Amino acid sequence: MSQFAAEPLLDITVRVNGIRRTAAAPARRLLSDFLRHDLGLTGTHVGCEHGVCGACTVLVDGEPARACLMFAVTAQAHDVTTVEGIGHDPADLDPVQQAFVECHALQCGFCTPGFVTTISAYLDEHPDPSADEAREAISGNLCRCTGYQNIVAAVLRAAELRREREGTA
Amino acid sequence: MSTRQMGEKVQRREDPRLLTGNGRYLDDLGRGALQAAFVRSPHAHARIVDIDIADAWELDGVEAIYTWEDLPGRVAEPLPVLIPHPAMTHARTGYCLARDEVNHVGEAVVMVVARDRYVAEDACARITVQYDTLPAVVGVAGARDGDRLVHDDVPGNVAANLRQEVGDVDSAMAGAPHTLTLELAIERSACMPMEGKGVFGRWDADDGSLRLYSSTQTSTGVRAAVAAKLDLPLAKVEVVTPDVGGGFGVKIVHPWPEEVLVPWAARNLGRDVKWTEDRREHFVSSAHERGQLQEVTVGFDDDGRLLALDVRFWHDNGAYTPYGIIVPIITATQLLGPYKPGAYRVEFWSLYTNTVLVTPYRGAGRPQGCYAMERTMDAIAEHRGLDRAEVRSRNFIQPDEMPWDHGLMFQDGRPLKYDSGDFPASLAKLKALVGWDDFAAYREQAEREGRRVGLGIGCYVEGTGVGPYEGGHVQVETSGRVNVATGLTTQGQGHQTILAQIVADELGVPFDDVHVTTGDTRRMAYAVGTFASRGAVMSGNAVALAARVVRAKALRIAAEALEVSPDDLEIADGVVSVKGAPGTSIALKTVAVMSNPLRYAFDESAAAATQFAGTFDPDTPPVGDDDEPGLEGQDFYSPTQATFANGMHAAVVETDPVTAEIRILRYCVVHDCGVMVNPMIVEGQVHGGVAQGVGGALYERMLYDEGGQLLNASFMDFLMPYASEVPHIETDHLETPSPLNPLGIKGAGEAGTIPVSAVIASAIEDAEGFPIRSMPISPADLWELRRRHAASDPDPVPAQEGPR
Ligand code: FES
Ligand code: FES
Repeated sequence: MSQFAAEPLLDITVRVNGIRRTAAAPARRLLSDFLRHDLGLTGTHVGCEHGVCGACTVLVDGEPARACLMFAVTAQAHDVTTVEGIGHDPADLDPVQQAFVECHALQCGFCTPGFVTTISAYLDEHPDPSADEAREAISGNLCRCTGYQNIVAAVLRAAELRREREGTA
Repeated sequence: MSTRQMGEKVQRREDPRLLTGNGRYLDDLGRGALQAAFVRSPHAHARIVDIDIADAWELDGVEAIYTWEDLPGRVAEPLPVLIPHPAMTHARTGYCLARDEVNHVGEAVVMVVARDRYVAEDACARITVQYDTLPAVVGVAGARDGDRLVHDDVPGNVAANLRQEVGDVDSAMAGAPHTLTLELAIERSACMPMEGKGVFGRWDADDGSLRLYSSTQTSTGVRAAVAAKLDLPLAKVEVVTPDVGGGFGVKIVHPWPEEVLVPWAARNLGRDVKWTEDRREHFVSSAHERGQLQEVTVGFDDDGRLLALDVRFWHDNGAYTPYGIIVPIITATQLLGPYKPGAYRVEFWSLYTNTVLVTPYRGAGRPQGCYAMERTMDAIAEHRGLDRAEVRSRNFIQPDEMPWDHGLMFQDGRPLKYDSGDFPASLAKLKALVGWDDFAAYREQAEREGRRVGLGIGCYVEGTGVGPYEGGHVQVETSGRVNVATGLTTQGQGHQTILAQIVADELGVPFDDVHVTTGDTRRMAYAVGTFASRGAVMSGNAVALAARVVRAKALRIAAEALEVSPDDLEIADGVVSVKGAPGTSIALKTVAVMSNPLRYAFDESAAAATQFAGTFDPDTPPVGDDDEPGLEGQDFYSPTQATFANGMHAAVVETDPVTAEIRILRYCVVHDCGVMVNPMIVEGQVHGGVAQGVGGALYERMLYDEGGQLLNASFMDFLMPYASEVPHIETDHLETPSPLNPLGIKGAGEAGTIPVSAVIASAIEDAEGFPIRSMPISPADLWELRRRHAASDPDPVPAQEGPR
């Protein structure tokens, strides 16, 4: 038997994608690991674990946040939206996701969830961005595959799709 | 008639899954598996004196701790030299866990397996390794000096020395009216896929078999290597490649130590074991590329025509050479680009340094070669006062000279022979796209506004689609679903889509019915891998050939049932019908039933097929001697040589007169990869490639200090371009089909990256009016160059090479 006591576990409760979820995890558990490994929401990706790449971006109370720079306990009692909360059914895509398909805005798709969450939050505030603003909006996320050009196009297309859907709603 | 898919901008079918969090990348698998972490060397060069693991064992949740001493049999032996070459006189590879000596920071020394990654890392922190440090060899210049050695038994740090010569360079050079010599340097960068490497092993003790998931570019390669290392029958090892978050070359090396250790530990412990590389590990223990010093001497006539080219270069191969000398061989051969060199001699030395190993990174040696050649072209133009595009054009291989044999041996051991291309047409397109002839006026206008601008150009040819082979398997189910399998992997290039496009056309079925599996050794055990822009060429043609096998079989069976000749039949939208008499038809899914003589009418298609059963000959068996049940077929595509894609880029840059900040105002690409299966995907490959090239030209460098510490091993310090740094890319395409394969396609994966450093150097040189001989270039570098030139003290030695 080991001489060190096992790490104490806390029951952490977070509202994720509208549903209250609880899991036992140590205090140092990163929110990204908590979502991925404790809750099984693997759509949130980890590309650097030091807050630079943006792959792990989720929305905390509607604002983009790096899940790798937050402890899960800090999210206790907050609202977290992951890419699964934006749209989880491949046959029923949200406007941002649909725009990504149309504009070929992803290749390997690893960075993509972080872009989808970032862009969704951005469009909530800025429904009609210019191309320059769209580029600026995504310039906190790294993508190694696409060269960004098509992601910029997808931001503009998503804005259009959102307006269309609102118009018909 | 169904619409033809080939050449269409078909939207990718992999996207909806990946966009909704339904992707399955390596770390998404194996919930509940034990996790591995590694103690890695903090020293670039040292002897291991002692390893103390006692403290680590005290931690709750630690399941195993391994050092080299614990490794059995072949696991304890050095990793293989995957691609031996006769010129590689001193190949050296590392061990899965370091034995006695470490040769770069980041080399794995101890493996810990624990309940989770947090505990595994805690345990690593409690392990003490005592080292006797040795002097480190860092940078090409340091290695070339040879006064310190990486490996005691490798004199001069030379892993390989290779020389090729065509024509008599010495006399051609002696007879040339003009000669110039250029000393050039280019630095290390790295693939840096957003997903690092990862391995997940599952041992089935009852079956004595291993299932391994790896984020790899070659599942068959990993399978063979792991089976050999673990001494398992090949039949007992399966390798599955899940979704992979980018590769760009680094994931073609195999086996990585972790690909051996993780399954070995899983077997030892009888538990699932997983390892997911973190970003720092990726920086210090995966692989880099690009670092070279070059010396070019060129002889030319008054018109700038090449008469003789003599190139020597020194290539940094890092601490080990598991992937052989593919990279410098490619530099040596692909350097020639679209030009006829007159006489050509090239010699390189591949050198060991105490830094992480060097393996192909997108472009694989070509960016360096293109840089050497294009810097030379600009230097000739400058020397003769000629237009830079005109000098290039005078040296082009002409379309009617294709195929063009350079008389050299390419990286695949086959002749460097271009199959097709029309360089004058490409140049004309590029000049029109960028407005080459109007640039002088633009420059004057900019000058009046106090702005400094320059125009750069770079041309390249890229050997793509290298062999030896790739396979395709196509099967039509009785439901009409068409399953396609190819063994090569995918890392975001859209193989699921383009291979389905090809099969849909070849077989005459709806695109939506075609489903593609890649990189799963259970479905296709023979394959090579996804690298060297070979996916579409190799697997594209393989699945086309396999579809043709299936089509022929379908026509034969349908012809018997309809009592017509197969020549009178066609297949469209999944229905076989008599040409000109569409009423007489039979669904392909029904043919699938008939191909497998019925015993049970298990579904509607099966029941429907009974009406076509007709009379049979009781003296022949239901499945003939030369036949097999099932509407499926397999074929392999194996080319005699590589296909050669090509392209030309031009860029307009602006340099700030005060701060020396460098801004790319325009970036233009003309690209020729033969027939395009999906222009949207080709375009995406070009964009991504250029972005990586821009990173390599302006931002990315591996900052090693003289002790061999990588000072910028994080995304905070190693600057990969964001959207704010990558220019909008303007493209145009030319399609000169390859005569070498049935579909006429050439590869497109790496092209975008190849000329970017050359183009940006050319543009900055044009803006500044002094030569650029070292890349990448930062504003600080440019500022320093300006200072030196103002003081007429140009540094004769490239500034950025070696420790800084
Ligand atoms: S993983 Fe969180 S920012 Fe990179
Ligand atoms: S699509 Fe691969 S990293 Fe963005």
